[in-house]
Amino acid sequence: MASTDTGTGSAAPQDAASQDAARPGTDAVPLAKAGVPAQRGAADLSGLEAGLDALETVTVERSPLGRLLVQKVLPPLTAVVLVLVVWQLASWGKVADPTKLPSPKDVGQALADRWRAGDLFTIIWTSVERGLLGFLAALAIGTPLGLVVARVRFVRAAIGPILSGLQSLPSVAWVPAAVIWLGINDSAMYAVILLGAVPSIANGLVSGIDQVPPLYLRAGRTIGATGVRGAWYVLLPAALPGYVAGLKQGWAFSWRSLMAAELIASSPDLGVGLGRYLENMREGSDMAGVVLGILLILFVGIAIDQIVFSPLERWVLRSRGLTARGQ
Amino acid sequence: MADTLTSAAAPSTETAAYAARIDHVSKAFGRPGAQQLVLDDIALDVRPGEFVCLLGASGCGKSTLLNLVAGLDEPSAGSITTPGGRPALMFQEHALFPWLTAGKNIELALRLRGVPREERRPEAERLLDLVRLGGAYSKRVHELSGGMRQRVALARALAQDSQLLLMDEPFAALDAITRDVLHDELTRIWSETDLSVLFVTHNVREAVRLAERVVLLSSRPGRINREWRIDIPQPRRIEDAAVADLSVEITEELRGEIRRHGQH
Repeated sequence: MASTDTGTGSAAPQDAASQDAARPGTDAVPLAKAGVPAQRGAADLSGLEAGLDALETVTVERSPLGRLLVQKVLPPLTAVVLVLVVWQLASWGKVADPTKLPSPKDVGQALADRWRAGDLFTIIWTSVERGLLGFLAALAIGTPLGLVVARVRFVRAAIGPILSGLQSLPSVAWVPAAVIWLGINDSAMYAVILLGAVPSIANGLVSGIDQVPPLYLRAGRTIGATGVRGAWYVLLPAALPGYVAGLKQGWAFSWRSLMAAELIASSPDLGVGLGRYLENMREGSDMAGVVLGILLILFVGIAIDQIVFSPLERWVLRSRGLTARGQ
Repeated sequence: MADTLTSAAAPSTETAAYAARIDHVSKAFGRPGAQQLVLDDIALDVRPGEFVCLLGASGCGKSTLLNLVAGLDEPSAGSITTPGGRPALMFQEHALFPWLTAGKNIELALRLRGVPREERRPEAERLLDLVRLGGAYSKRVHELSGGMRQRVALARALAQDSQLLLMDEPFAALDAITRDVLHDELTRIWSETDLSVLFVTHNVREAVRLAERVVLLSSRPGRINREWRIDIPQPRRIEDAAVADLSVEITEELRGEIRRHGQH
């Protein structure tokens, strides 16, 4: 796709005498270069330029819907069906006791029971609401923290290593401490989510900022983006890919730590979330319910990632031409 | 055709008769005691509207000098004055921001200059027209070819409305045909505006193709070695006989300068 409409913009005088070439003398101060003749064949030049532009322009096309379905939807669907088939065969073949290996039908029945009891969405929403609120709080804390760590050398030396170390500490390890400090309530849940997600988000931003090419910062400074304006218009947008990767990981950590916390901490104050539902089923030795609980947790984790974070990441990468090809 | 000036340019005595005055500038890098002198006593005036090429082999500190003029670094001695405010700077890499479209890249420069919101878009489109990229306003950087990116970068530099444009080997990474076209474009834009250009290159023919004045820097440390005033009428072509002849002369001088470094 040629993007140049030839010859529209330039107001080049087309036929100025090309012999009028006496350059101003050394002592003169040539403010306007009226003496410089116009381009030889301005139309010729713009035609050449349009040709070069057309030859070298990469057109990024989006795949048609049909191919998108075949490439993106069919493979995971096949995998899911395959797992169901193997599972069904295993339960028909009595590989294990039905109390240990419920059939897909039993699990479907457990799901239908919850649906009929009317608490399916309450259970899911209890956890999802907590997870998302906790994540938003982690976002509000992790972002300024990451910025300070990335830009202030002293702070970085002081808490940088701790921050990356915290990422390898499973945040479920914080549950006992959170319960003692805050009691068995929502505060303890949020504390555990924060301790899981804040380091991821902050570290993502730090590595995003570290990977900003210095050339962008120099270019920003030459056009006047210094100080706060430099951070806002150049540094942060340039660090966005790393930041979004951190958000994605931060969400995964939030969700994981929340489920662990819900499994461990039990109190009527907390209501029944997915983790608690799972633990209730275990206490009742209801294996179909346990499998349903696991599947629901997995489903919510995947769904949030696919609805929020993956599109965000794809948009950031694609708009910068960072994907291998237009997906 | 090309009268040779013998020594370093004597700074002009006229007041503000320059777009940039480099007044006996030296630059050294490294710790005190183990310093390496990169630029040694450079004195050079760029007159308003003038096109000057700084030519030199690697290690002559030409990019360092340009950074000093751009205000990205401080000289160790001497001073640099640019009466027209902060100069615009173009790099070898386009340095466009990939999260913005071509048009928005230009608008950011306008915005940082304080241009009111409603004037930015028309001005950005005017500048894109000037570099003959009228239809590229909403293109992403990665959708443009190398030559188109450098033209957008040029438009962004022009958006600063500075009287002085500094160019650091801006066409070095382009193929010969594209570079040739961009030489024509730069000459055209320079002649249509009252812009002064200080252009750094190691390509002798490029310097002779573009400049009114070519300044040859020696290497390690960078000193002004010689100057040529070029009176070949514009628009020139890089393959013009006159351009070629003068290029041979300057190349000979440059080679002599490089050879000197191998002798001890």
